[in-house]
Amino acid sequence: MLTALYIMLGLALLLGIVLGISALAFKVEGDPLVARIDAILPQTQCGQCGYPGCKPYATAIAAGEADINQCPPGGDAGAHALADLMGVEYKPLNAEHGTPKPKSVAFIDEATCIGCTLCLQACPVDAILGAAKHMHTIIATECTGCELCLAPCPVDCITMVPVAENPDNWKWKYPVINIKSVPFDSNNPTSHLNSSPA
Amino acid sequence: MNAIINFANNLIRSISTNKDVFQFHGGVHPHDHKAESTLLPIAKLAIPEQLILPLRQHVGYIPKIKVQVGDHVLKGQMLAEPEGAMSAAIHAPTSGTISAISEQIIPHPSGLPDLCITLSPDGKDTWGQLAPMDWRTADKKALVACLRMSGIVGLGGATFPTHIKLTTNGKSNVHTLVINAAECEPYITCDDMLMRERADEIVKGIAIVQHLLGANHCIIGVEDNKPEAANAMADACKAFAIPAANDSVKPEMSVKVVPTLYPSGDARHLIHLLLGIEVPHDKRTTDVGLQVFNVATVLAIYRYFEFGEPAISRIVSMTGNVEKPQNFEVLFGTPLKTLIDAAGGAKPDTTHFVMGGPMMGFDLPNTDVPITKAANCIIAAAPHLFPAPPPAMPCIRCTRCAEACPVNLQPQELYWFSKSDNFEKARDYNLFDCIECGCCSYVCPSDIPLVQYYRYAKSEIIAADKAKDAADLARERNEFRLARIEREKLERAQKHAERAQATKTETKKDAVQPASEPLTNPEVATTVNDAAASDKQAAIAAAIARAKAQKLAATGDATEATSEKTVATTLEAKSASTENKQAEVKSDKQALIAAAIERAKAQKLAAAQAGIAPKNVENVSASVQAEINKTDEIREKAQQLAVEKTEDTPTK
Repeated sequence: MLTALYIMLGLALLLGIVLGISALAFKVEGDPLVARIDAILPQTQCGQCGYPGCKPYATAIAAGEADINQCPPGGDAGAHALADLMGVEYKPLNAEHGTPKPKSVAFIDEATCIGCTLCLQACPVDAILGAAKHMHTIIATECTGCELCLAPCPVDCITMVPVAENPDNWKWKYPVINIKSVPFDSNNPTSHLNSSPA
Repeated sequence: MNAIINFANNLIRSISTNKDVFQFHGGVHPHDHKAESTLLPIAKLAIPEQLILPLRQHVGYIPKIKVQVGDHVLKGQMLAEPEGAMSAAIHAPTSGTISAISEQIIPHPSGLPDLCITLSPDGKDTWGQLAPMDWRTADKKALVACLRMSGIVGLGGATFPTHIKLTTNGKSNVHTLVINAAECEPYITCDDMLMRERADEIVKGIAIVQHLLGANHCIIGVEDNKPEAANAMADACKAFAIPAANDSVKPEMSVKVVPTLYPSGDARHLIHLLLGIEVPHDKRTTDVGLQVFNVATVLAIYRYFEFGEPAISRIVSMTGNVEKPQNFEVLFGTPLKTLIDAAGGAKPDTTHFVMGGPMMGFDLPNTDVPITKAANCIIAAAPHLFPAPPPAMPCIRCTRCAEACPVNLQPQELYWFSKSDNFEKARDYNLFDCIECGCCSYVCPSDIPLVQYYRYAKSEIIAADKAKDAADLARERNEFRLARIEREKLERAQKHAERAQATKTETKKDAVQPASEPLTNPEVATTVNDAAASDKQAAIAAAIARAKAQKLAATGDATEATSEKTVATTLEAKSASTENKQAEVKSDKQALIAAAIERAKAQKLAAAQAGIAPKNVENVSASVQAEINKTDEIREKAQQLAVEKTEDTPTK
């Protein structure tokens, strides 16, 4: 009886020590939930969700302050992924925060640009290259298409150009079966079933 | 049907004496249709009116254009040079003028336009300066570096830049070279004809590749439906073995005939058939000491080193629904319609043209597209050759596809996952090991276009991975930007603090003179205190002192006013207004004090954020330090005096 008690006590002590040590040794830095939410977000840093970037939005979702359907660039797939992660019901995107658009990159009209550097300050990913009184240009591969540079431009020289399909980014399409219209014969309603499929 | 043939095949193999050929799982036996295009020898196609050379003719980076519109170029001149290791050059297939550099439709499954160089031949076909090399004596590294400029890519259809496969970095563990002459896809006969007609040159090319790789053995794998080619190669090997006896390298070449079974022409499957080695799915063939080259590629290597000829042409099978199916030696960039015309034209019921074989090829968008390095075969399609597939029926889970799959996948599972966009699961089931050979679609009793689903899933996964990489980059750049802004803010604050310190020292120097005088005048004390703005306590004390002094003075006035009892009621009214004024003054003063406190607090906070002490007293010379100490002393004295003054005031 007493031996059993000692064994149990000893075990509890031992396991407690192991747990205590592992709690120190494998301490998790930061909030892993925020990082996981942030990994789902598309990182356009566009602020359409009402937060100043993807990380703040992720933090807000983790804290339960923001809803999962405020990210138009993430699209429906993003909302589904967030719903799965957060264990909440999926919600269609909130139209208040905008609608999903095809991926675009900003383009600066070189003739109109006055080199004011305002767009440089607005770009969340430093994808605009330029200096005061010198023409600016977009580093297309770095541009997230957030449209934040459009508003500050005093001469409206920035436009959003949708990314065109080229052999590099072309994707195989989902196989579809071409539906052929067959005239309906009222005398023989099952005639279309007998005709050769070719 | 397929199962029966497989069974029969296995039976024959088990009783046959040829036991040195191994077997892989699955595979199919489509009708080969090879006889049609082997009736006529390889013909050289005339130079067309225009050559369109797409920059995207190989796997890897797009080469950099070196010519301009209007330039006259000679045959074999480099038009675009490779950029990076994984790239291949483009050469002028004939002499002529560059007439355009523009976007044109390229032979690609997408049917989309891409950048092309258009060359208008001058008809003279003048070769530029050619630099043949003696591969036996030259440095291997230099040879491979030269090969990078040759524009030679894998001509079996994969178009992988050849020089990368030959780069050994000094040591090579490749002991056996496998020459892929299986040509397992139906209709294609370009390698067959090449071996029949130019076996001797191919063998010389093999010797070069063996020399470059340091591979002592070489096995040429030929399917048993090409006996002429196999014999020609075997004869050439025998003939070559004699002069090679006095050579430094003693290449050991042998021809091995493998049974016809699609897809034996896949590099890994050919290795399996010839050597019984299964290359792990996550490893390269070089990891097991093997390297695989196509016969046409080896021939191109030979022509490059022996004659200095870069990749400017290839053999193309023009077959299917044309009048005279034949193999042609075609310059790269030749429009498809020239080739069709050379084959006697397409029959009237031709619906479209397929590039590559019927199993893995794709439909061409039109007949203006050029012949590229990947074009091993063009098939004119007609309903009687390729009947339209019947509508796909639901999967009945018969797993015939799994039986036919040469890479031992579970095609039915992959199909379900791909169909339902369950891409992660498809990836887990090794979707990317699928070689898209089409065996599963071929045997499917429900006529499901399985490979199309796999291609769809693969490109979706690749696109998602690319998007993820882009998102990671954006995150990194955003985080860096935020950190940069924070850093700049701190730097600015520090600079401001430094400047404030500098001006303070200046003011203090100015203030030294009046402060050193006996501080009888409260005004002077206040000035000094004002100068020491960073010292919050002093500022507050001074402000309080000032306010107290003024208040006291005002009260004094009021007392005087009230003491004169003889004054009329008008005076009383006046005193009331004075009191109001006093209250006003008082509140004003308080507001000022509050503002001063706020300012001081903000400054202190900024300084604390910058992580610097309020005073810039580090790294200063001894004399400056002494001066600072002196000034500090004076300031302290002034403060004390001010405090004393404040305390004294009521008694005054």
